[in-house]
Amino acid sequence: MTTAVLFAKVSRHFGAVKAVDGVDLAIREGEFFAMLGPSGSGKTTCLRLIAGFEQPTAGHIEIFGETAEGVPPYRRNVNTVFQDYALFPHMNVLDNVAYGLMIRGIGKAERHSAAEDALTLVQLPSYGARRPNQLSGGQRQRVALARALINKPKVLLLDEPLGALDLKLRESMQEELKALQKRLGITFVFVTHDQSEALSMADRVAVFDHGRIMQLGSPQDIYQRPASRFVADFVGSSNVLPPDFANKTSGRYGWASLRPEAIRIVGAGGYEARVTASGYLGGLTRLGLDLYGQKLVALVPSNGAVPKEGDSIRVAWTPADLHLMEDEF
Amino acid sequence: MTATSATESTLAIQPPREGLTGALSDLLWRRPGLLLALMLTPPVLWLGIIYLGSLFALLAQSFFSIDEFSGLIDYQPTLKTYGELFQPSNLDIILRTVLMAAIVTIAAAIVGFPIAYYAARYAQGRWKALFYVGVLLPLWSSYLVKIYAWKLILAKEGILTWVFGKLYLGWLLDAWLSLPVIGGNSLSVSYTGTFLVFLYVWLPFMILPTKAALERVPVSLLEASSDLGATPAQTFRTVLFPLALPGIVAGSIFTFSLTLGDYIIPQIVGSSRLFIGQAVYAHQGTAGNIPLAAAFTVVPIVIMGLYLWMARRMGAFDAL
Repeated sequence: MTTAVLFAKVSRHFGAVKAVDGVDLAIREGEFFAMLGPSGSGKTTCLRLIAGFEQPTAGHIEIFGETAEGVPPYRRNVNTVFQDYALFPHMNVLDNVAYGLMIRGIGKAERHSAAEDALTLVQLPSYGARRPNQLSGGQRQRVALARALINKPKVLLLDEPLGALDLKLRESMQEELKALQKRLGITFVFVTHDQSEALSMADRVAVFDHGRIMQLGSPQDIYQRPASRFVADFVGSSNVLPPDFANKTSGRYGWASLRPEAIRIVGAGGYEARVTASGYLGGLTRLGLDLYGQKLVALVPSNGAVPKEGDSIRVAWTPADLHLMEDEF
Repeated sequence: MTATSATESTLAIQPPREGLTGALSDLLWRRPGLLLALMLTPPVLWLGIIYLGSLFALLAQSFFSIDEFSGLIDYQPTLKTYGELFQPSNLDIILRTVLMAAIVTIAAAIVGFPIAYYAARYAQGRWKALFYVGVLLPLWSSYLVKIYAWKLILAKEGILTWVFGKLYLGWLLDAWLSLPVIGGNSLSVSYTGTFLVFLYVWLPFMILPTKAALERVPVSLLEASSDLGATPAQTFRTVLFPLALPGIVAGSIFTFSLTLGDYIIPQIVGSSRLFIGQAVYAHQGTAGNIPLAAAFTVVPIVIMGLYLWMARRMGAFDAL
């Protein structure tokens, strides 16, 4: 399998700020790769290093086997969907999409027909004559996507492209993006701070914090077997439990994570817990629990009698769900 | 509920504020149109009656003519005075002025753009303050003092000639001054000198609007252009320049119209040939030919109108 993007000990420091700090990374050709992390974790800087807007202060970057340091963005066959879409306000939609072809000196008729095709691909045919400011956020996002795809990039970079959309639009765009990526077979590198987005779309996820990759693996790996307290905490609101707790409940010693939905209410056995909060979320109810003085969050089905604040209930979980983490942090 | 202090209101709706200002606040809040009218009436009166009124009174003069024997104004409406503008000597004045204004404007755009770009993109904190002081400082000092200072700088015995001499480049200056039209005995009596002083005096008026326009161009647009394969030169041509154009046009309105109307700079620095402003000054003063002076004033107005119309047609305001 070909490596699309390779980072070897890549750092990007801004003065004393280590935006990216010694990152090693290999993104495979044709995969949907997500970079997940809180703001300021270095994920966007990594994306900009691939695009060429930033140059590494140390380390080595390869794109399809070719050295990328010192190569300006306009010589990289990599295109970006910007967070603010960055559509040119003085051009109509068709000219925006055809921009990359215009720059390469392709004739008007040919590039406009290609742009029309690209707009059809993102389900915006016959929008070509409009100005970007006449479009909704979701439509702008599609135009930005069409504009980035028209150059047939080897790698498509997406910088929080769904961040500005409302929830419903976001969910449908997630599916569309995933389908588009499958159809085109282009390597997608996707930056997001939304863990559910990363987990639902990506083939592999890199979790970033403080300019470093904390964990890299499949969504299942990341979610079920977080390597560290940070990952467990950031990827879903997992219960992060101190070594004492794991020792008491499983006899093993170490920091552990327990998914809220892994906790079940049982009639007998298990552990006794006091309900400290109860929040109705529709199909599920979110419970705050107090167990041995340890605060826990549980997600239980809303059917039947839902415990109320102050109730005393018994809870249990499958021992395998209490995942002991390798790293302390 | 604990005891409330005197300043803390327990009412859901407070009583009207006391006094005249209180009543006035409520009245103006209920009728925003009244506030607008109050604020706009004085400036509209000023602009409408005193400013535009006197301008039209002046323009009306251009449709009268002067009796060449008595020197008295003939109040019969006629286009004869406008016809006089097309006499070769007057047409020369107009062409000379328009050409100078155009060259000054283009030069100001070229010199001003990098400065504006730096200020909009890179300057921060102390450097930004320094930029503003640097650009605006010339505007704080007297216009006449600046021009006389330039006359000294450009004079044959001035510092510029001295610097060229010290750099063994005196021949270059001499070669330039020996060129027809733009040359002369020294820079201070040549069109080159007039041009340099115009450029210096009006440059801030080009830099500030250009900078404002460039500040409104998000960096991501330039990155997107580069990302899609455009070299910096292509990005400048297809993205940066079109988006900065409204600012450059706004600046050029200043530099162009100020050059068209100025009569002091060409009087002090330059050849003795007249510019429109000097012609207006001469005709309304000693010559007493108010109609021709008025007709000359119409020329910059018409030219600016044409210029704006063309700029609009060329899409200079599309990005606004």
